[in-house]
Amino acid sequence: MSSFDLSVITQNIPWLWAGMQLTILLTLLAVAGGIIVGVILALCRLSPWWALSAAAKLYVNLFRSIPLVLAVFWFYFLVPIVTGHPVGPFYSVLIAFVFFEGAYFAEIVRSGIQGVRRGQLSAALSTGLSHVQALRYVVMPQAIRNMYPVLVTRSIIIFQDTSLAFVVGLTDFLTSANIVANREGRPVEIYCFVAVVYFLLCYAAEAGLNLSKRRVAR
Amino acid sequence: MSYRWNWGIIFEQPYLSWLLQGLGVTVALSCLAWAIALPLGTLVGSLRTGPYRAIRLLCAWYVQAFRNVPLIVQMFLWFFVFPEVVPKAVGFFLKRQLPIPEFTMGCLCLALYTSARIAEIIRSGLEAAGNGPRNAALASGMTYYQAYRYVLLPMSFRLTMPPLTSEFLAIFKNSSVALTIGVLELTAQSHQVESFTFQGFEAFTAATVLYALISWACLGIAGAVNRQLSNAGGLGTEVAIK
Repeated sequence: MSSFDLSVITQNIPWLWAGMQLTILLTLLAVAGGIIVGVILALCRLSPWWALSAAAKLYVNLFRSIPLVLAVFWFYFLVPIVTGHPVGPFYSVLIAFVFFEGAYFAEIVRSGIQGVRRGQLSAALSTGLSHVQALRYVVMPQAIRNMYPVLVTRSIIIFQDTSLAFVVGLTDFLTSANIVANREGRPVEIYCFVAVVYFLLCYAAEAGLNLSKRRVAR
Repeated sequence: MSYRWNWGIIFEQPYLSWLLQGLGVTVALSCLAWAIALPLGTLVGSLRTGPYRAIRLLCAWYVQAFRNVPLIVQMFLWFFVFPEVVPKAVGFFLKRQLPIPEFTMGCLCLALYTSARIAEIIRSGLEAAGNGPRNAALASGMTYYQAYRYVLLPMSFRLTMPPLTSEFLAIFKNSSVALTIGVLELTAQSHQVESFTFQGFEAFTAATVLYALISWACLGIAGAVNRQLSNAGGLGTEVAIK
């Protein structure tokens, strides 16, 4: 093997950056959409109606038992059939992530809400707050404090998982790098660079989370 | 929505045997990787709480490295990069002579990735067990090896059964990433059935049901192991925590 050639990376930076932008966009939208779906599912799960709760539980357990790759294939196949026209890989992958991660966020939100002690709600209600006010001002702030570290950790995992969009050919960071590696015939440099970039970003995100956790705990 | 249903397709040949082969590969890949990952992860997790600072740091970096790079990138590194950077003879062996190279490298990659996650779980179990048992074991004249083998690790395993169970479930799901380097496991086979027949609903439903069955079976196994463990020492986990 010839020596490690960094120029192959520097020459392709614009192309790789475009891929990274798509990865970041996909991560942000997937996290936002996943949290919305997760909150709805968690509320269904905790609702007093038996059927609603069972349906949410089935949804969560079903999605948590299949691999993300299979979910991506499912939605890549399903979305064009349901909408009736081709939507391209980006929207299929995004929808797959929102529905798939929704199941994981639902569990996080549910355990966050259940982690708030029952006495807190009773106390809030007894001081004369309405049910909505008690949830809004007493339960939710504590629940969010309980679950935000897990939410951030999950978001970091989603950032890593968006690389699985590779299987349907969406040109995210990894797929762009893969194209470069094949075109230039230099997989060693490119894949090492990809690994280092992912490592640094995830490591920094985790370090930031730990720092903020310490600040909250103080 | 115009779709022609044909549920019979998944029971026709060759599609049925494709799916069953895929199931076999998924189970074999995951179980083999688990058999490597569990001892390795236990070792790394134990060393992270051990007496040597340099080894603790080294193991912490091991865990960080495998946790902060996506599994699919690790697959590419093992399959495309690793044979290029090792000495020529080894690289030649890996590329030309290794039987079923995709499966072997996929299994290795999955095992190392999972071992880092298991190491984290074991470490948290060892930390939850506290310093009391460690000091007691060492004070009673046990060596470090004996203290971990007979006192600390059994406690850690009991405390960490729930996260270990979910890790065991996760390895079956993570094994699907091996399709990116060409391992024809369950997800890959269902995708292939879809490509050949355009019966995506049927193919993906079959895969989904099989994965759900795997999860269900794993939960059964984990439940049995858990019952066994909690009976083993006479005292259950509730007592062990205190």
